[in-house]
Amino acid sequence: MDEKRFNPLPGFGLTMGYTVLYLGVIVLVPIGALVLKASALTWGQLWELATNGRALAAYRLTFGASLVAALINAGCGALLAWVLTRYEFPGRRWLDALVDFPFALPTAVAGLTLANLFAAQGWLGRFLVPLGIAGAFTPLGVVIALTFVGLPFVVRSLQPVLANLEREVEEAAATLGASRLRTFCAIIAPSLLPTVLTGFALAFARAVGEYGSIVFISGNLPFKTEIAPYLIVIRLEEFDYAGATAIASVLLVLSFVILGLVNALEGWANRWQG
Amino acid sequence: MAGAPKYRPGLGLSASRRGTEEGPWVKWSLVGAALAFSAVFLVLPLVNVFVQALSKGWGAYEAALADPDSWAAIRLTLVVAGLTVPLNLVFGVAAAWTIAKFDFRGKAVLVTLIDLPFSVSPVVAGLMLVLLFGLQGSLGPWLDAHDIHVLFALPGMVLATVFVTFPFVARELIPVMQATGSEQEQAALTLGASGWQTFWHVTLPSVKWGLLYGLILCNARAMGEFGAVSVVSGHISGLTDTMPLRVETLYQEYAGTGAFAMASLLAVLALLTLALKSWLEWRTQRGYARAERAPVSAPRP
Repeated sequence: MDEKRFNPLPGFGLTMGYTVLYLGVIVLVPIGALVLKASALTWGQLWELATNGRALAAYRLTFGASLVAALINAGCGALLAWVLTRYEFPGRRWLDALVDFPFALPTAVAGLTLANLFAAQGWLGRFLVPLGIAGAFTPLGVVIALTFVGLPFVVRSLQPVLANLEREVEEAAATLGASRLRTFCAIIAPSLLPTVLTGFALAFARAVGEYGSIVFISGNLPFKTEIAPYLIVIRLEEFDYAGATAIASVLLVLSFVILGLVNALEGWANRWQG
Repeated sequence: MAGAPKYRPGLGLSASRRGTEEGPWVKWSLVGAALAFSAVFLVLPLVNVFVQALSKGWGAYEAALADPDSWAAIRLTLVVAGLTVPLNLVFGVAAAWTIAKFDFRGKAVLVTLIDLPFSVSPVVAGLMLVLLFGLQGSLGPWLDAHDIHVLFALPGMVLATVFVTFPFVARELIPVMQATGSEQEQAALTLGASGWQTFWHVTLPSVKWGLLYGLILCNARAMGEFGAVSVVSGHISGLTDTMPLRVETLYQEYAGTGAFAMASLLAVLALLTLALKSWLEWRTQRGYARAERAPVSAPRP
């Protein structure tokens, strides 16, 4: 305890001051500008602008597609994490490195190449489009792009947890006569659940704000394939700053709610794993 | 636990394996499903970028990249990243020093605020800057009167990029600095080193790989940022188009080869980032393995 109170290291004032100043100028002042603009509107105006038909359709697509994409990521991400930590197979290390590819690839490039892949003449589209599965310029395209963008979250959250899972418990279950499936359902799955949920929430949060990849693949048709961030851009191009601010406020409040949720989930997951 | 016989050779091992591993059928169908998913969502998009970029031959590829507006976009991207990364580097080091080496009230709040830009949609971040610096906004009229251009110009694009890449260096550096503790710095200070000497010769060498890791991620995002920069740039070809924005411009002009040629450069950047990142992770893991094998004589926190 004494050690904590007496700290001979220099530079606290300087680094603390600079951190707070830079944080203020770069992050807090711009957020303040948005809050100021939003507070200049009355509640009635804000509600009107944030909930007109076109905006509601955009939220529905944004949140719906994000939810579906995050669910796909939770399932397939858990599968990938399991395969990467538990099994040895040719190309495992390459696949492990490639999982971060969606983080490293600029979203515009992701949108461009996915739109091309799923278009009628694309490598995947030429087989899928005749079957009635159109990936480009449809809500499905939005889901595809968001799945790509959010792919690493669940895998990377889950991998360390899987690696640290105690195999002795599984051995004990097996010794007591449990089948492998029962061991998985009763022992492994419950201890992974909080982490999967955290990864799911992270992927969902990322998907709700995503813009770059969707611009290319969705076609951006109002009421059909237009996402909320795109509608903000449209409002700005119309010089409708109040309209843009109203929709942005909805997104901002929601991302703060998700942030709080993620923090709570992480706390839960940490307690769970002890 | 130590020294207790875990398995009886032969019999015990195979029995335990049966209990904690899936049958080959289950295993290989899971591997197959994972590989199929990765092929569609990771490998094909990557390969497609290069195949499409080169679909009309090397000559067309070179011609597409030689376009002056494309060159301007490449230069602008390098300038934006070249300004953004050092700014966030200095901030990241300062924030990590203050958070990792000192105890103070409200530390958790500060850490949360530093992570905040990750949860703000890039488009919303761009909008904030428009509201702040636009003619309708709070600072716009004053800036206009003094002939200072922030929006639709370099300063706005740098500010937008700094906002979205804000947490990268700090969040990589904080855990590394916390893990190294401050005993070594205290020893250096006791021996008469100045604060700066201690920082340069003791702290920096011990966190350099973590720092590099943060820098790589920050740079990749800075060069690839689309949404926030798109809102503040005004899309003036040859002037305020960065490489990702140029990809969009060319795509909308139906210049497929040009768009994919520009995209292929960004994909190469992504691959380089991944390679460096994997190398750094491999280094760190090897370091841990070596530390675990080392004799216990060295005092460890």
